[in-house]
Amino acid sequence: MTRGLPTSREAWLGAATVAVLLALPAVLTSYAVTVFILIFFYGYLGQAWNVLGGYGGQLSAGHAAFVGVGAYSTTLLSMHWGLSPWIGMLVGGVLAAGLGAIIGGLGFRFGLRGFYFVLLTVAFAEVCRIVALNTDALGGALGLYITFTGDPWQLQFQDNRAYYYLALTLMLLATGVVALVERSRLGAYLLAIREDEDAAEALGVDTFRCKLAAIVLSAFLTGLGGAFYANYLFSLQPNAVFGIPLSVDVIIRPVVGGAGTLVGPLLGSLILSPLAEVTRIYFTRPGWAGFHLVIYGVLLIGIVLFLPRGAYPHLRRAWTRRRPDA
Amino acid sequence: MALLEVVDVRKRFGGLQAVAGVSLDVAADEIVGLIGPNGAGKTTLFHLISGFLAPDSGDVRLGGTSTRGLKPHQVCQHGLARTFQIVKPFQALTVLENVRVGALARTRALGAATRKAREILALVGLDHCADRTARGLTLADRKRLELARALATEPRLLLLDEVMAGLTPTETERIIELCRAINARGIAILLIEHVMRAVMTLSQRVVVLDQGQVIASGPPAAIASDPQVVEAYLGEAYGSAPEGRRAGA
Amino acid sequence: MDVTLIAQGLVSGILFGGVYSLMAVGLTLIFGVMRVVNFAHGDMMVWGMYVSWLLATRLGVDPTLGFAVSAAALFMFGVIVQCSLVDRIQDAPHEMQILLLLGVALVLENTALVAFGPDPQRVRSSLAQATLWIGPVFVDMARLVAFAVALALTCLLWLFLQRTDLGRTMRATADNPYGALVVGTDVRRVYAVAFGIGAACVGAAGALVSPILPFSPSAGLAASVTSFNIVIIGGLGSLPGAFAGGLLVSVAESLGAVFLSPSMKELVSFGLLIAILLFRPTGLFGRRA
Repeated sequence: MTRGLPTSREAWLGAATVAVLLALPAVLTSYAVTVFILIFFYGYLGQAWNVLGGYGGQLSAGHAAFVGVGAYSTTLLSMHWGLSPWIGMLVGGVLAAGLGAIIGGLGFRFGLRGFYFVLLTVAFAEVCRIVALNTDALGGALGLYITFTGDPWQLQFQDNRAYYYLALTLMLLATGVVALVERSRLGAYLLAIREDEDAAEALGVDTFRCKLAAIVLSAFLTGLGGAFYANYLFSLQPNAVFGIPLSVDVIIRPVVGGAGTLVGPLLGSLILSPLAEVTRIYFTRPGWAGFHLVIYGVLLIGIVLFLPRGAYPHLRRAWTRRRPDA
Repeated sequence: MALLEVVDVRKRFGGLQAVAGVSLDVAADEIVGLIGPNGAGKTTLFHLISGFLAPDSGDVRLGGTSTRGLKPHQVCQHGLARTFQIVKPFQALTVLENVRVGALARTRALGAATRKAREILALVGLDHCADRTARGLTLADRKRLELARALATEPRLLLLDEVMAGLTPTETERIIELCRAINARGIAILLIEHVMRAVMTLSQRVVVLDQGQVIASGPPAAIASDPQVVEAYLGEAYGSAPEGRRAGA
Repeated sequence: MDVTLIAQGLVSGILFGGVYSLMAVGLTLIFGVMRVVNFAHGDMMVWGMYVSWLLATRLGVDPTLGFAVSAAALFMFGVIVQCSLVDRIQDAPHEMQILLLLGVALVLENTALVAFGPDPQRVRSSLAQATLWIGPVFVDMARLVAFAVALALTCLLWLFLQRTDLGRTMRATADNPYGALVVGTDVRRVYAVAFGIGAACVGAAGALVSPILPFSPSAGLAASVTSFNIVIIGGLGSLPGAFAGGLLVSVAESLGAVFLSPSMKELVSFGLLIAILLFRPTGLFGRRA
């Protein structure tokens, strides 16, 4: 995999894709627009995760904590102090970054890797969930409800398509950030850490600082997404916004699409969001609510066994093998 | 003042005194060989020098500055690079990207680091597979990659841990030449090796470790005929002395 | 400070600890032999509970006997999962193992959700009503039976590992997998049996718990976390450590329930996990970190 400046073919492909995506709402039904909003939004969260989990190789199964912190802080600031979510979003991001600094600072300081680090992230997310569930000031078990005003200043829109463009912008923003990281020293170092942390240390890489930077950046971006979550879904419930299912939703797109690649999270989201929607529609009987998670589980197993690096690397290899002059 | 000064370093693991008061020096232009039977504490000593382990007591000085308690990446910044006994390539990265990580220790900019990496690859003889993934390399190439990566950090001292293990005689010969070329550029080398022929021809001085202590130190010829050394190896020593020949040659 | 309450907490804690120990023993066995962390452990327990429930409600089998079926069913499941899935990534990077077992956990938990619904269930045991009074403290028969069975199973496992050929082979493989291969051990078979036994332990534990506490599919995560807590405290790979750790954690939780509210208990559990993760060295008896 080369990671220099994009080739002219890649640049054209990227530009063409963006152009198509920008034009799409004109031809899509309202429902299809909704599906794309989900594709972009969860793709965005996946891309944010990608910094830490894909490039850095530090598996976090607790990213819902960052979404939740962002969502709750934006909403509370709006509810109690009338702060516009556009600004509250940044506050949410910073707070989430702070939580990331704590988790990373503690976890990496104490040398937690692999399974131990995963557990740590899960534990922190669960602590957040339980605290939110039991704190009345945060809405307790009922959570928070946001009134729909359709006021753009409140990050709310009458027209679905506005959400579409916002989600698309977020997705492109995250992808841009990841592209910058990819082409920076931090990016090269993160990949080295992912492959072999000790070898990286021996080559002068301050692995602690790099991993910390990764988790803080990842958490900040995810926290920003929390604001979108709050003002698109209009309800924040601790179990939904801090729970494992959301963390799984975040991880699965980059893992399926290709962790550690620029395109992976979006590709994964393109595959999975429609899938999740379909299962949601066809299995509406009560109790079948968890069925899409069964599919996620099967997919995870399948990916690990057959496409361990995700769909994108394999697709790319198949493509370049067919066109050796590429 | 020597480039590397190891001063009475000790390290204990539970009941085992792995390194029991080792002192040695490496001058700025030297190649020093570190030999000894298995379990003598050689790799542990490397870990202690490079910052992967902290000594219980004693000091390690690089260019006069104590590196005791520094983390490995800081020791690297001070000018010490090491390879590992079992090579640790960045499997999913290309050979060029591997070496670039080392080059980034001295150059922030990716472009300059990439150029530097290419130079190193040319020096080491890996430029023909610069864009190949490290995963697919032969053992000999992986060893050279490990060396190249360490070189890219512009060290003053290079620690090589059994870099010739598992290589054919031809491959070993090439690595020996490479070490000489590296040393000619002004980089000191401290190498752990079991391939006696390589150690004896390369090193200007040899230090022998046994059970965590230095039992002999001197020019290769003197070491080869040192009865204590022969005894420690129980016949594995390479030497012109009749005992050595009979026992292990 | 009501001494009776504390004594009660202690007794209940120790008795329930048998189940915790059994859960932890299963997890630590899998890790000790295979170096695999079974992320699906708690969700296997959930299925142990539901198998017991099915037996009780459909066939009228008492859960105190049904544990054997749960154990057998989970054993077979464990063997199948190991042979078909885990084995293929035995040498893969740890991240792959984690994701694979996370996938298994998701499938287990959510098929249970789909099959049985999200509402908590309970199993009636003919022994559930019986209570024994020892002085001012009462002993719940169901807990006593659970403790006795769990203890018996752990002892059986211990004997198996110490006295039988397969058990010794398993210990040898745990100690040195490469060496075991070299002397001709069918390492894959050892792994399959180890994973199966580990699953059987936690399945039996689930069945034993089913008449004591209400359960639902979402109990999986909490059970996994508790298992991890215990195993890390007791030392990954150490059977006595897992057993002692199980009793310890159960007593701590039980006493905690005397002084704290239920939601605080959950918080303490996760807080404990964080603390253990950060400050854990090798645990109480641990040899391996």
